[in-house]
Amino acid sequence: MKWSLPIVVASVGVALSAVPALADSATKSRGQARSEVEFGMQVAQRGLWREAIYRWEKAAELDPTYAAAFNDLAIAYEHEGQLDKARKAYEKALELDPNNSQIRQNYELFKEINDRTSSGKDRQ
Amino acid sequence: MIGRVPAKTASSVALLPAALLLAGVAIACGPDYFEIPIETPIQPKLDVSAFQRVLVAGFVAGGTEDVDANQETVRLLRSQLRTKSQLRVIDADILPLMDVAQEGAKPVNGDESGPREGGNGNDHQQAVGSAPAPQGVALPAKIKDEKDIEPYERLFANTAYWKRIGEEYQNPLIVTGTVLFMPHSRSGFVQRDQEVMDSFGRRRVVPMRSYLERKGFILRPKFVFIDGRTGAQLYSESYREEILYNAQQQTPALSSYFELMDRLVPNFLSALSTQKIKGTRVLLK
Repeated sequence: MKWSLPIVVASVGVALSAVPALADSATKSRGQARSEVEFGMQVAQRGLWREAIYRWEKAAELDPTYAAAFNDLAIAYEHEGQLDKARKAYEKALELDPNNSQIRQNYELFKEINDRTSSGKDRQ
Repeated sequence: MIGRVPAKTASSVALLPAALLLAGVAIACGPDYFEIPIETPIQPKLDVSAFQRVLVAGFVAGGTEDVDANQETVRLLRSQLRTKSQLRVIDADILPLMDVAQEGAKPVNGDESGPREGGNGNDHQQAVGSAPAPQGVALPAKIKDEKDIEPYERLFANTAYWKRIGEEYQNPLIVTGTVLFMPHSRSGFVQRDQEVMDSFGRRRVVPMRSYLERKGFILRPKFVFIDGRTGAQLYSESYREEILYNAQQQTPALSSYFELMDRLVPNFLSALSTQKIKGTRVLLK
């Protein structure tokens, strides 16, 4: 028991020193993710949607709490006709930022198209 | 003069990266969102790879007498399919499906059954008579509403008849169905935004409720897709659209018909071919 106190103190010290390091790493990830998102926006404007998807997927991977990355990714999936993936990405974006009216508007427009193509008919 | 041209080109080339850089900077320093146009491709609901041709055969139609909904629907769908699908559209006489169904519904006895058995390939009324569809049920001669159109629907389950039509046109995909286009009126309170001036002379928009008598039309089409090789139904879809105008407004029935069909045609086409739906979305930083 005598030796346990220094170990506990040392452990707490290590943990405390790791907190700023973790915060620093998170900030760095968000910064990188933001760069990817911005680059994705540039290429999407030039019609390079696949490259944009690659960038936005990377951004979402770097920072899984970045709602804008999921929103942009959803738009790109929608443009490519990958509607299931688009729905999941929109839902993730809204889960991360439920009060964002622009994400909600994008999602509503997406749903209007998606619902129109899958309801109101009687399949035989 | 000749010597100056390369200099200009060189300066343009030099400006290009700068312009791209500026565009990048504009995005990086600009607002946190960007509106972008997109085109969403919608995969066809029906696999039509087995067909090279499509026959828009005709429709059981009714409602108003101001518009021949059978003829107009066939013409519209054929022209849309010609430009917006890969299938070759067969130009053929429009089938009088109401007559065909009525003939098929007549009780089979004595003299009436005689001519049906001896019909040729072009006699569609005879073809349906020889099919195992339920018979002896009187069909309304005029279709005014949904109830009148319902008994006609069994015509689309008459595989023998549709197989025969398919054979006649070398096994195409057959498009048929029902179209009900009928007048409609509705009265009640309607809320509308109205611009008013307040006591300070400022303009304001306030919601106003007013009683309105309106009239217009309802369009209820049902599109049925039939495999011309087997006569079997592949798929069907029903829609309902309505339009209302002020009671004083005189809008021709035909223009209302086209206005309502305009809303449905993309859905109809998306059953057969990939369609792209244009829209805009907001990209976020």
